[in-house]
Amino acid sequence: MKRTTLATLFGFAALAAVAYSQAQSDIVIKLTGGTKKVIALPDFRGAGASAQYADLFNRTVFEDVQRSGMLTMAAKSFYPLNPPQQESDLRATPEPAAARRGEQPQAPNCNGRCLPDWGGAPLNANYVGFGYLAEQGGQLAAFGHLYNTAVPDVNGARVFRKLYNAPLTEDGARQMAHQYAADILQQFGVPSLAGSKIYYVSARSGSKEIWVMDFDGANQKQITRFGSITTMPAISPDGRRLAFTTYSKGQPQIMMYSTETGRFIPFRNSQASMNATPSFTPDGQQVLYASTISGYAQIYIAALDGSSPHRLSNSRAIEVEPKVNPKTGTDMLFVSGRGGLQQIYRMNMDGADVARLTTGEGEASNPAWNPDGQHIAFAWTRGYAPGNWNIFVMDVASRETVQLTHGQGRNENPTWAPDGRHLVFSSNRAGGSQIFTMLADGTEVKQLTTQGSNTMPVWTK
Amino acid sequence: MRTMLRQKHIATTLLAASLLLFAAGCKKKQPAPPPPVTAPAPKPAAVINSFTAEPSTIVRGEASTLRWDVANATEVTIDGGIGSVPARGSRQVYPTSNTTYRMTAKGAGGDAVGAVSVSVTTPPPPPAPPPAAKASLSERMAKEVQDVFFDYDKSEVREDARATLQRDADALKAILNDFPSAVISVEGHCDERGSAEYNLGLGDRRATSVKEFLSQIGGPADRVKTISYGKEKPFCTESNEDCWQKNRRAHFVGVQ
Repeated sequence: MKRTTLATLFGFAALAAVAYSQAQSDIVIKLTGGTKKVIALPDFRGAGASAQYADLFNRTVFEDVQRSGMLTMAAKSFYPLNPPQQESDLRATPEPAAARRGEQPQAPNCNGRCLPDWGGAPLNANYVGFGYLAEQGGQLAAFGHLYNTAVPDVNGARVFRKLYNAPLTEDGARQMAHQYAADILQQFGVPSLAGSKIYYVSARSGSKEIWVMDFDGANQKQITRFGSITTMPAISPDGRRLAFTTYSKGQPQIMMYSTETGRFIPFRNSQASMNATPSFTPDGQQVLYASTISGYAQIYIAALDGSSPHRLSNSRAIEVEPKVNPKTGTDMLFVSGRGGLQQIYRMNMDGADVARLTTGEGEASNPAWNPDGQHIAFAWTRGYAPGNWNIFVMDVASRETVQLTHGQGRNENPTWAPDGRHLVFSSNRAGGSQIFTMLADGTEVKQLTTQGSNTMPVWTK
Repeated sequence: MRTMLRQKHIATTLLAASLLLFAAGCKKKQPAPPPPVTAPAPKPAAVINSFTAEPSTIVRGEASTLRWDVANATEVTIDGGIGSVPARGSRQVYPTSNTTYRMTAKGAGGDAVGAVSVSVTTPPPPPAPPPAAKASLSERMAKEVQDVFFDYDKSEVREDARATLQRDADALKAILNDFPSAVISVEGHCDERGSAEYNLGLGDRRATSVKEFLSQIGGPADRVKTISYGKEKPFCTESNEDCWQKNRRAHFVGVQ
């Protein structure tokens, strides 16, 4: 049962089947083991003006592939010294008996120019990706290849060969690297995260503002400039609208922003001391939020422009963070203090069938739906002192949970990547609060921010 | 003694002269003798050797020094409230506007007058005081109104906060009375442990509880508003109970 839960979470039937065969008592499924394919990614070299971008390109490709968690990276120190750069560099595997002037009596070794150099010991790579960068007509060009080292025939071993073009800039190099890595990962059934963005809150300018960055931490840009407290961003399913909570007009209120035009969109706040924690319905046509219209913060739904607010929850308790199931659109999660300390609940869109999802232990907050509509990530203090949050994943149907962080600082506000396999979250494990991504099994943790205090990430396509 | 001799001498001279006139009347006129050379010495007049004001230009509030030296005076006076002074001396004066000091020196043989002027410049005015009402509103809020504190995840007014709020109610009424345009903002704050989202709701409850309590005990209600800062504006940033307790509060702010 547990295995089924997690296997579906990652959605890779083949791997799940292998995972079954592994005798793992730990509920945390590792995507690791002998089952993962091994890949070697020798550095691309750059010709002419493209050379200055080679390091960035190589680093980006390597990190993207590594972060996917789908492949094992072959040890770089074992790489042959003379990797191929283009197809014509590859030679047919010489016969072992072929006299290579008597120098190498043992296994054939072309110093990298034959596929067995990569597929054999000590590297044991199943795949090798190679290529080079060049400048072509003022543009940056990359010639990327992926070869299967197990296929004896050089031509048959080719998985793909592709030419990439981008502006001759750092951004261009990064963009090409993401594309090449995405093409490699696609061979293994991994959807690409390239192009996805993370909205978050940063205080690096002196006040909390909404910022945005690429999924790998590149291109960090400030969006709001209120000089107040602006926080709790939410993004519409199509990525076109950003909603957030701001003190720029005094009491906390919701504001709406178009990510396309860079302009604010009118949003009518209800007459209340607080309108906060907005989120969108899956069709992008309505906004849910918490409002104190009637006293305690309660869950409301309104049109995109804030009109026609309608109360959904009904308790004498604090209730915040409504999140509608992205798959069904008929039920939602929210956080409530109705039973004591804050816990995560679910209810139907009409407010019926309220059920607590967390056990009541500790405090639970920040629920976030996996795109599959079956799993959620959230922050929980279960097993720790109040305030010591860790990231958990739950299968909503079975209420089974997996703990992904284990007391390394305070870990909060997890949200899912569009691929449903990665999470972004904030943690103060490295000192001040920073934003990290990880695979949904808790591995491949990568820190994306370093400047100032950064919190409340949301990942969007 | 000398005067006596001189008077005797004058008398003798007059007598001699009259005798001569009598004799001349009897006899044919004789040419008159030359008058005596010993005419009486003239009385000396007062002399002002110097009369200065140093410096002659001052900024209001500073001093200027008058110095003078007078000879042959029987009496020296300076006007402008100074009065009688010795023949030689100095005096500090603090005129508040352009002033001319006149000196009169009286002497047996004549008086002397002199004058000096002191110009007074006015310093530029100091900056206008800050809006007195605002500063004193926040001063009075800080001095007369006390914050109240809460238990973890609770918004009920604690027993120990009731007495505080009783005093606050009176103070707030008095302050609102003195500042007719002011309103009171009750800020709800939370410690760092709860989630930021939930704490927005909790801070709102804390501020609302305090507002409702004030209203129930007859405190001001109309001009009191609430705002929740959740854990966004902590008073203290350490991770210990002392600090957490300081952050679980309702804080009063006067707003003009």
